[in-house]
Amino acid sequence: MVHPALVQMFPDFPLLFDHFFSFTVTGLANGSVYALVALGYTMVYGVLQLINFAHSEVFMYGTFAVVWTVYFLGGDKQTSVGAMVWMLAIAMVVAMATSAGVALLLERFAYRPLIKRDAPKLVALISAIGASFMLAETMGLRSEIAGWFGLSDKLDFYVSRSRDTKGLTIDVPQTTVFTLGDYGVTSTDILVIGSALLMMIFLDQYVRRSRMGRGIRAVAQDPESAALMGVNSTRVVQVTFLLGGVMAGAAATLYMIRIGATKFDAGFILGVKAFTAAVMGGIGNLRGALLGGLVLGVAENWGSALFGTEWKDIVAFVLLVFILLFRPSGLLGEALGKARA
Amino acid sequence: MKHPHTLARLAAAAAATALALTACGTTDDSGGDDGDSGSAACDLKIGYMGAQTGDYANLGLNMLGGVNVALDEYNTEHSDCKVTLEKYDSQGDPEKATPLATKAVQDDKLIGLVGPSFSGETEATGPTFAEAGLVTVSPSATNPALSTNGWDTFHRVLGNDDTQAPAAATFITGTLGAKKVFVVDDASEYGKGLADGVADSLGGAVTDRDTVQQKQTDFSATVTKVKAADVDALFYGGYYAEAGLLSKQLKAAGWTGTFVSGDGSLDPGFIQAGGIDGSFLTCPCAPSPDDFAAKFKELNGADPGTYSAEAYDAATVLLSGIGEGNDTREALLDWVNNYDADGITKHIKFDETGEVSGVSVFAYEVKGGKILPGEPIE
Repeated sequence: MVHPALVQMFPDFPLLFDHFFSFTVTGLANGSVYALVALGYTMVYGVLQLINFAHSEVFMYGTFAVVWTVYFLGGDKQTSVGAMVWMLAIAMVVAMATSAGVALLLERFAYRPLIKRDAPKLVALISAIGASFMLAETMGLRSEIAGWFGLSDKLDFYVSRSRDTKGLTIDVPQTTVFTLGDYGVTSTDILVIGSALLMMIFLDQYVRRSRMGRGIRAVAQDPESAALMGVNSTRVVQVTFLLGGVMAGAAATLYMIRIGATKFDAGFILGVKAFTAAVMGGIGNLRGALLGGLVLGVAENWGSALFGTEWKDIVAFVLLVFILLFRPSGLLGEALGKARA
Repeated sequence: MKHPHTLARLAAAAAATALALTACGTTDDSGGDDGDSGSAACDLKIGYMGAQTGDYANLGLNMLGGVNVALDEYNTEHSDCKVTLEKYDSQGDPEKATPLATKAVQDDKLIGLVGPSFSGETEATGPTFAEAGLVTVSPSATNPALSTNGWDTFHRVLGNDDTQAPAAATFITGTLGAKKVFVVDDASEYGKGLADGVADSLGGAVTDRDTVQQKQTDFSATVTKVKAADVDALFYGGYYAEAGLLSKQLKAAGWTGTFVSGDGSLDPGFIQAGGIDGSFLTCPCAPSPDDFAAKFKELNGADPGTYSAEAYDAATVLLSGIGEGNDTREALLDWVNNYDADGITKHIKFDETGEVSGVSVFAYEVKGGKILPGEPIE
């Protein structure tokens, strides 16, 4: 039963327009995380024409790496801001390494054996879904695994309540840096959006300008010719997974700074969203992943404002369908291989 | 509507008779060895049905620990004639609970059951237990509709959601003195039901509502709406993971009102997920008394949590009946229906629908990164 006072305009345009910047900037910050995770999907797709569905777990392992590193370094509620910056910087490196490591393991065990035997794409897809479940459940059952080795007490913080939410032990403070219309843009917003943009530019330039980047583009365009020209395609695929993992690790750190807690299944929904962002922007296209992520983040928040938060996914996915109706290959629909240096 | 009911009654009576006969048989076989056990029947079992693994394991283990304490006390007192506990791990899932219920009613030695713990599984298994005449005492199923099914075997030792919502509303406007309240729910059966109840009781004090999703982690849109509505308090109907994240994001955005949520958020996981100091969590469940908490910790190696004390009370209701010599399902059901004694959470006496008398709702404050023992809401 809705109280009469709650009968409001539907869709609620006044709410969105009165708080336009608030909905938009926070949406951009959320979208930045989508964008960084989307890169992993889009790069692997560009090179292998495969959807790496286990990429969501690559991200999830990164979030746990952040929580554990900060705890290991002694972070608690009393930690000063200066120390926090160092801890998070170290945590970011550890998260990138962890995510990259998981991505490389995936490539080695879930993909390479299949690609070598020329297995159909569908088989690789199922392999990825299987790997995704295995990785998530391993994280969810880590208390049991620690129990086998008699380490439950020693590793209590790391493994206890393993199917439950695990929070950062530090409180990352937020300060308002400047005001934009109705909204005080916070340090976290700037950090998240700024870092995501920087990482994107770095990756984009790397793929466009470096020798390995040329190799990646060559394999994406035509794997056989690339091999004939002396490109080591196994190495290229490895580097592609590695870069996707590094970006997911960065995304995990930014996610933990913004949200502050994670769970063994935290990758799933975020992975679906990031994959959507990749398709929206044009899968296989790096700049498209960024644009798709940001558009999706903002669309969700606008949808929340207009129709109520429970409608945000419907709004976002209707938007996806509309975009694909008019641009079937996504907003910037250009494949990785076609990007020119 | 009458017809199936009569049938169920007949079936229950038939089952009870069959059981009584079986029970007689066993007594005859083993009666000679333990003539001194007198009043208490031996080798009987009680069951516990609830989550022990899976996503709701923490809540389920809180309850199992409480049952363990009651059983340990009983078996120490009746060391010559112990009762054993049969655990049914439903993971809180109605689909998993249904076959377990069938298994439970087929076990002749099992004459009473603590649980099922969640409303969904209770709803799904209720007919099976009613038909078999197996008495159940739930420490945590709070859906109000459960007691309206006419199951003679259904009992619960805590107030239902209909008692929690008005109390939470009284707490928000009375104790906290809030004039404007924002109500958020997670669209779940439980969360929406509780939030609707609170909103109804609050009436005109509710300025706006929003619905979020389970497993959502970014609440920036809701935060913007709450700040825009300029409210003194927010009530969240849902579970602790989302509640913790939402409260944290509200505080980070500079919101200074009071965050209030219900029993679904009353778990240390609320703090893990970022639950902020100064929040209040309401629950029809009572805090654990100190001596019970000490025994719980000694036996289970963990602190008691939400519903631990209720589970102890539920198990005690059944065990005291067995101690008084009620060694059949029929006799134990009768015992529970006529139970009238103090438990550690409240005075326990059931009405004909299985609802317990003397219900009170408690508000638990979050302070210093801990959930403090609850205070009754006046």
